[in-house]
Amino acid sequence: MLLTLTTTHRPATALSHLLHKHPDRAQSFSTSSGTAHVFYPRADEEECTVALLLEVDPVALVRGPGSTLTQYVNDRPYVAGSLLTVALGSVFRTALNGRSKSHADVAATPIPLTVRVPVLPHRLVERLFTPLGWTAHVTPLPLDDGEDSRYADVTLTGTLKLSDALKHLYVLLPVLDGDKHYWVSEDEVDKLLRAGEGWLGTHPDRELITTRYLMRRRPLVQSALARLADVEEVEPEELDNALVEPKVSLAAQRRDAILDQLQRAGARSVLDLGCGGGALLRALLEHPEFTRIQGVDVSASALATAARKLHVDRMSDRQRARLTLRQSSLTYADPDLKGYDAAVLMEVVEHLDPDRLPALEHSVFAVARPGTVLVTTPNVEYNALFETLPEGRHRHSDHRFEWTRAEFEEWTTGVARRRGYTVRHLPIGPVDAERGAPTQLAVFSLGED
Amino acid sequence: MELKIPDLCLVVLVGASGSGKSTFARRHFLPTQVLSSDFFRGLVADDENDQSASAAAFEALHFVAGKRLDAGRTTVVDATNVQRADRAHLVELAREHNVLPVAIVLDLPEEVCLARNASRPDRDFGPHVVRRHRAALRKSLKHLGKEGFKRVHVLRSQAEVDDAVIVPERLLNDLRHETGPFDVIGDVHGCRAELEELLVALGYALVRDDEGRPVDAVPPAGRRAAFVGDLVDRGPDTPGVLRLVMGMVEAGHAFAVCGNHEQKLVRALRGRNVQVTHGLAESLAQLAAEPEEFRERVVRFCDGLVAHYVLDGGDLVIAHAGLPERYHGRASARVRGFALYGDTTGETDEYGLPVRYPWAAEYRGKATVLYGHTPTPQVEWINNTLCLDTGVVFGGRLTALRYPEREVVSVDAHEVWYEPVRPLVVPEAEREPDVLALSDVTGRRFVETAHRGRIGIRPEQAASALEVMSRFAIDPHHLLYLPPTMAPTATSQRPDVLEHPEDAFAEYRGAGVREVICEEKHMGSRAVVLVREDGGGVVHTRTGRAFFDPPLADELLAGVRAEVTRAGLWDELDTDWLLLDAELLPWNAKAAGLIKEQYASVGAAAAGALGVAVDVLARAAERGVDVGDLLGRTRGRLANATGYRDAFRRYVRPTDGLSGVTLAPFQLLAARGRTFHDRDHLWHLDVLGRLRGELFTPTRHLVVDTTDDEQVAAGIRWWEDLTAAGGEGMVVKPLANLVRGERGLVQPGVKVRGREYLRIIYGPDYTEPENLERLRKRALGAKRALAIREYALGLEALERVVRDEPLWRVHECVFAVLALESEPVDPRL
Repeated sequence: MLLTLTTTHRPATALSHLLHKHPDRAQSFSTSSGTAHVFYPRADEEECTVALLLEVDPVALVRGPGSTLTQYVNDRPYVAGSLLTVALGSVFRTALNGRSKSHADVAATPIPLTVRVPVLPHRLVERLFTPLGWTAHVTPLPLDDGEDSRYADVTLTGTLKLSDALKHLYVLLPVLDGDKHYWVSEDEVDKLLRAGEGWLGTHPDRELITTRYLMRRRPLVQSALARLADVEEVEPEELDNALVEPKVSLAAQRRDAILDQLQRAGARSVLDLGCGGGALLRALLEHPEFTRIQGVDVSASALATAARKLHVDRMSDRQRARLTLRQSSLTYADPDLKGYDAAVLMEVVEHLDPDRLPALEHSVFAVARPGTVLVTTPNVEYNALFETLPEGRHRHSDHRFEWTRAEFEEWTTGVARRRGYTVRHLPIGPVDAERGAPTQLAVFSLGED
Repeated sequence: MELKIPDLCLVVLVGASGSGKSTFARRHFLPTQVLSSDFFRGLVADDENDQSASAAAFEALHFVAGKRLDAGRTTVVDATNVQRADRAHLVELAREHNVLPVAIVLDLPEEVCLARNASRPDRDFGPHVVRRHRAALRKSLKHLGKEGFKRVHVLRSQAEVDDAVIVPERLLNDLRHETGPFDVIGDVHGCRAELEELLVALGYALVRDDEGRPVDAVPPAGRRAAFVGDLVDRGPDTPGVLRLVMGMVEAGHAFAVCGNHEQKLVRALRGRNVQVTHGLAESLAQLAAEPEEFRERVVRFCDGLVAHYVLDGGDLVIAHAGLPERYHGRASARVRGFALYGDTTGETDEYGLPVRYPWAAEYRGKATVLYGHTPTPQVEWINNTLCLDTGVVFGGRLTALRYPEREVVSVDAHEVWYEPVRPLVVPEAEREPDVLALSDVTGRRFVETAHRGRIGIRPEQAASALEVMSRFAIDPHHLLYLPPTMAPTATSQRPDVLEHPEDAFAEYRGAGVREVICEEKHMGSRAVVLVREDGGGVVHTRTGRAFFDPPLADELLAGVRAEVTRAGLWDELDTDWLLLDAELLPWNAKAAGLIKEQYASVGAAAAGALGVAVDVLARAAERGVDVGDLLGRTRGRLANATGYRDAFRRYVRPTDGLSGVTLAPFQLLAARGRTFHDRDHLWHLDVLGRLRGELFTPTRHLVVDTTDDEQVAAGIRWWEDLTAAGGEGMVVKPLANLVRGERGLVQPGVKVRGREYLRIIYGPDYTEPENLERLRKRALGAKRALAIREYALGLEALERVVRDEPLWRVHECVFAVLALESEPVDPRL
């Protein structure tokens, strides 16, 4: 991967002094991310260009100690990201800090600069660099079929202090790339605040930059934003608004509706079929009337997440005795699901191919056969009211179908008839006069007429 | 003195301390059969005489005994057992596990016990202990039979003890030595005329008495009849049926198990107070017209009927209402109850008849179970079980199954003899499909395969497969096979390549395989095609996902079907379905997203970065900066990147819907009633080569004699030409197809991939010498072992499919392949 930096400040060769790298020699440095080569394709009075080229060992990326990749076919050796900025921070450390003994005046002066990064994910380039005084020229690189790839050949021009320019690159290249080749820990916050000093706090996209730079690790992002607010005297809430949840989400309304129905049915033992990360389980555990709760998911990793989020390892024996987490599948008959008062399938059925629904029906309504079954699923009629959802698109990429109210009712009434249940339908969320509510709930009761 | 005990039982030794129980147990039983309370006290408390540990010790002893009895192993409990309460626990334990309890009492004189204890320093308790034991024992002796012990043997002197010999006895239900063939006949219910007809249809010769009444039927040579019970009630001639069947049983021409109607008839004939319903009245009236001695004979016969039989080495079980595997060959009131009445839930249906739990849907046993009890309009195999009650008395049919031929023979009822309470016809919608159970696939599992023995699946492998199978795979009813992974050939030691044909040829030569076939390896997506003559079928990936959504999938299948029809394969292979192993081309038909996100994007990034790098390096060099070999190296990497882009672009071509999509079938996996891994690969390619037209891509191939240097050289050239022209490479397989060597199955194929193709796998720069050097250190062992296991599982799945085995038996193999695929094996191999 490569980056060049050009100035037309006179004399342009002052750049080599600021960078502490001789203009007529090619030098190589061993850095933690590979071998960095520094050389000048041009160095004269009018114009001086320095090139930083990083050679990484592509085999070591996959097989070396601490390797994080599994594919030899990857873009890491080519894309300007954290590998390159680690080299930049090491090779141009003095210039990055704005120090220069011989050329302190130039170091402190905004000079005309052009930066070229030949391969950079380009989606956010203009949005992030323009507020900092750069003009970005973005030329997307074509794929084989002529379509644009996600990378572009990017040229940035502006008149800035060299140290500021380097700090912008140091922070924003990995932000654009959206990845880091090492584990991000607390000291990453210090690095960000140091390199972001004087510009990050006032950047309109500081939350985005902070979030992406810290790999979306919430505690780190919150700590960084709070410290940024301290430094810049901005209210943290203002900075933090990206992290606040909307008031009462649809998910919370679904949980409330389900709890309400379970209580009305007088259920004591409850199956959460497709419990995922355990959001509903947490709500069930908060209600002591649910004495026996089983969370079931087909994904072992979802169950591990649920156990972690619910702090199962720290639960009291009494609380622990109420909860079972088990891997199972709704397309296989599982006798361990028998003997519960109620079963909940919250946003589950739409994750199954339609031709597997008879197997689910058998597992839930014939084998487990609880007194009450609650099923929620999206109402596709409502999708048109979601502004951000393109027409014809499902709400989730794994949804195999989304039903209209009529389609849902056709399925639920068929199940009820075949299995000896009665069924009622209820809306969840704001009801639109024409399109109904965003979520539809079916309440099945065994053997009632 | 012979002590007879059932060959599966719980033996309870009873005797005072010092009566010689342990010595007796040692002499007559295996050490592992004997569970002694002293030993368990030691286990839980480090002291065999610590009486405070008795409760825990007995709990552990009962637990172990339960495990042994579950597994069908005779177990001996060596404890004093002189207290009635202690024995009651053991009788209960035996019943819980459906085995018979037997007591062997060592009632030896007090002085013998005292003398023995005196010689044991650890038994320093006083003589009052022995006296108390003996007192309790003597009080118990005469009640042991009532306590539930099936047999009680009492040894009263040392001489009797020394003289004792244990003689195991077969259980009444154990007819494993009877190996058939059998004609198993469903519920007759007094329909004598139909029974006569059926027996004649089965080739039996009826024997009649002076009055012309049939009293026996002589089977065709070697065969025997077996009745599943309910001979009596409802029908027009219960005495006639009994006369015939009793004659057959007494003559050794038939076996019969007891039905619930026989059970009730006996009670009624003995004057017990029973409800005269469900056709019992008819039987009683008909029997009243018979002489007293006939009625007595009927009572003796029905009373002597056993509730189930285990036949043919354990492979066949007959029981009136069916029997789950855990009860096969067991004896208890619970087993008898199930065999007679089935698994009743206690509920009744809208007709007031008991609701029966569909035990057969959950049956996973090895033995075939034949039964009756529940009238059904059609016989239908469910998990290796078959109900033979086709309701002859209700105007249906009387049905028999020829075993082991599995041929159904039936005759129609002459009329509706008895109006059914519940209609005989079961509405289609009420029938459950073959239901798969979670326990069919999860946990630690072993799959028995014909070609590689037991293959183990670890719980975590099953767990990850469960998610993939449940969320992404097609309906298991259509998922009959998943292809095995294929190992690459041994890593080449040549300087410039990782894989080379010479190693593949050498490997097979070394394994004693002389002739191999080289097949062109198509670069697309592995596809399994199930096509049915009458419509339907499926095309799925190597992980069981559907290739296309319905309209396109149907169109593709219609194309395959039309070609199979045109080529005349339905008739030639005598089948109405075919399962093909194929490659679906081009690569982008399924992998377009992957190609764009990964392969093409990396190509674009590499070309962009390296192009500019060469440019700036050249400019620096022009100004006289010594850039060393960096320029040359970067130029080399640019060339590698170009080679990489060229490599994957070859496998991408535009498609629109199905246009541009082709199938390259290379193996015929199965058809009705047979598999084809015994046919050589030329046969496969010849048959499949007859599928032509736009939809099919032929597979180029070359046969090589691995012992002939010239042919080996020709094979290498063939591969060189193939890969030079952009081919992925080739697969080398034993020509004969399935081959066993000295160490079991030979690899069914190894792949030899081309030098340029491998850039897609190992990255653009893998050909640089320092990279090749490191990549050569790749371990193939795990991949090869996996390939063989998955191959054996795949074959097993196919063989079970063509034998029409239950769905769960097929699915466990298919699932196991997917489970093994979760192994963390180097994905580049």
